Amino acid sequence: MIEALSDMPLLSPFIEFGFMRRALAGCLALSLGATPIGVFLMLRRMSLAGDAMSHAILPGAAVGYLLAGLSLPAMTIGGLIAGLAVAVMAGGVARNTVIREDTSLATFYLLSLSAGVLIISLRGSSVDLLHVLFGSVLALDDATLLLLAGFTSLSVVALAIGLRLFVLESCDPAFLARISRLAPLAHYGFLTLLVINLVAGFHALGTLMAVGIMILPAAAARLWVCSIGPLLLLAVFTALLGSTSGLLLSYYINVPAGPAIVLTLGALYLLSLAIGPLAPLASRWRTSWHFER
Amino acid sequence: MNAPLPTNGLVPARAQPILRFENLTLGYNRHPAVHHLRGEVAAGSLLAIVGPNGAGKSTLLKAIAGELRPLQGRIELNGLERRQIAYLTQSTTLDSSFPMVVHDFVAMGLWREIGAFSGLSRTQRGNIEHALGVVGLAGLENRAIGTLSGGQLQRALFARVLLQDSPLVLLDEPFGAIDAASVRDLATLVRRWHSEGRTVIAVLHDLEHVRQEYPETLLLAREVVARGDTASVLSEENLLRARRLAEGRGDDAHAPVCHAVGNVE
Repeated sequence: MIEALSDMPLLSPFIEFGFMRRALAGCLALSLGATPIGVFLMLRRMSLAGDAMSHAILPGAAVGYLLAGLSLPAMTIGGLIAGLAVAVMAGGVARNTVIREDTSLATFYLLSLSAGVLIISLRGSSVDLLHVLFGSVLALDDATLLLLAGFTSLSVVALAIGLRLFVLESCDPAFLARISRLAPLAHYGFLTLLVINLVAGFHALGTLMAVGIMILPAAAARLWVCSIGPLLLLAVFTALLGSTSGLLLSYYINVPAGPAIVLTLGALYLLSLAIGPLAPLASRWRTSWHFER
Repeated sequence: MNAPLPTNGLVPARAQPILRFENLTLGYNRHPAVHHLRGEVAAGSLLAIVGPNGAGKSTLLKAIAGELRPLQGRIELNGLERRQIAYLTQSTTLDSSFPMVVHDFVAMGLWREIGAFSGLSRTQRGNIEHALGVVGLAGLENRAIGTLSGGQLQRALFARVLLQDSPLVLLDEPFGAIDAASVRDLATLVRRWHSEGRTVIAVLHDLEHVRQEYPETLLLAREVVARGDTASVLSEENLLRARRLAEGRGDDAHAPVCHAVGNVE
C-alpha cells in the first residue's frame, strides 16, 4: 500500500522524507491560521500595514537571538513584544501627529528592518541572517511545529468566536464603536491575532515573506467570490493548494522552499487575475462579448 | 403637511425633554465651533438644524452622539443611553467595497438585540424583511452593498437605522446627494418615526424641505440665531443674520462671540 503510494510523485516526497512532512504540517497550520487573518487584512485595506508589521517583528526576534541564539522561545517572545509595540505605536503616531498612516508604517518598517539586520549581524553569521529573513520551512523542529499549531488553534478559535465583530469592525468601524462596547476588543484583538500569526509565519517563511501566505491567497480568492464566508474558505483552500505545490516544486527542481511557496501562491493570484469572475480582465472580456451579441 | 401625530401631541415646553444642553460649547483643538448653547429638546420632537457652512451643525450632532467631548458645559440625556442613539453621519466609515450583501448589512441594525453571537430569530428575520420593504429595497436582499447606487445605499442605511429601533434618531444631511424619489421615500420614513413618538434631529440644507416637513427648527451660526417654530425661525431677517455671523467668522475665530447667549424657551 505504502509502496504504491510512494510511487506517486505528488505523495512520495512526503512519504519518504520527515522534513517534507514537517514542512507540510507547518504549511497546513499557516494556511488555517494566518490566511483568514490575511483576508481581514485585505478587507481592512491593511495589507501594507501587515507587511510593515511583519518587518517590525524582526528587531524583537533579533534581540531574542542576541540573548539566546537561535532559541525558539526567546525569538518568539521578542517578536511578539516588538510586533505589538509597533502596531500600537504606528497607530498612535498616525492618530496624533500630522504624519499619515502609510508614512508612519513605512518609517517603522525601515527602522525595524535595519535595526533587526544590524542586531543579528552583531553576533551571528550570514546563514543565521538568511534564516531569519527567509525562514526555514524545511527545518521545522518539534517545538516550532507545536508553536505553529498552538498559534493556529488560538487564532481559529478566536476568529470563530469573534467573526461577527471582526466583520463589522472591518466593514463599518465607526458604527461598531457607536453600538458596542466590544469595539476596542475587536480592534486590539485583531492586531494581537495578526501579530501571533506573523510570528508563526516568521518561523516558517521568515520576516520578508510571512505576509505572503496571508495576502496572496486572500487576494486570489477575492477575485472569485463576494461574500465573507466563501471568501475565508476559498482563501484557506488556495493557501493549502499553493503551499503544498510550492513545497513539491522546491523538492523537484531543487530551489529554496520559502520563495517557491510564495511564488506558487503568487501564480495562483495571477491566474485569478486572468480568469477570476471578479477580475478586470474577465469582466472586460464579458462586456465585449455582451456588446458583440 | 406635518399634521400633529398621535404621540407627538406634546407641546415642547410640557413634554419630557429627551436632551438638555447646559451652556454647551463645542469645538476642535480648543477652537470653539458652537457657543454657549442652552435649552432642551422635547421627546417626540421633529427638529431641523439649519445654518450656513461651518455653523457647527454636524459638530452638534456629533456631540449629542457622544463622539465629541464638550469644551465647556454638558449634554444631558434623559432616559436613554448613548448606545441607543441611532446616528446617521454625513460620510459614513462604511467600506462599500466590503463583500457583504444588503440583508446582512441591514441586519447589523439589530446589534443591540443579537450582539456579537446570537443568530437571527424568525421575528427578527421578518423585521429585516419589513425594513427592507419600507425603504424600497425589497428584492435586493442578496445584492452586494458595493453594487448599490447612492440612493439605494442611503435607503439601506435608513433601513439599518429603522432596525436600531432608537428613541432618538440623528440624521446628518441625510438627503445630500441622492435622487428625488429616494428623498421622498426616506422623508416619509422620517415622518413615520415622528408619528411613532421618536425624537428626530436632522441637519438639513434644503430650506423648502424643512418648511414642509419639520415643525421645529434650530438656526445655528456658531451660536443659536433662532429656535422654535419653523416658519418664524426661517425668516429673512434671521437667515440674513446667520449669514453675517458665518461670514464674520475669519475675524473672530479667536474671539468667540460670547455675548449672544443661546436662546430658549
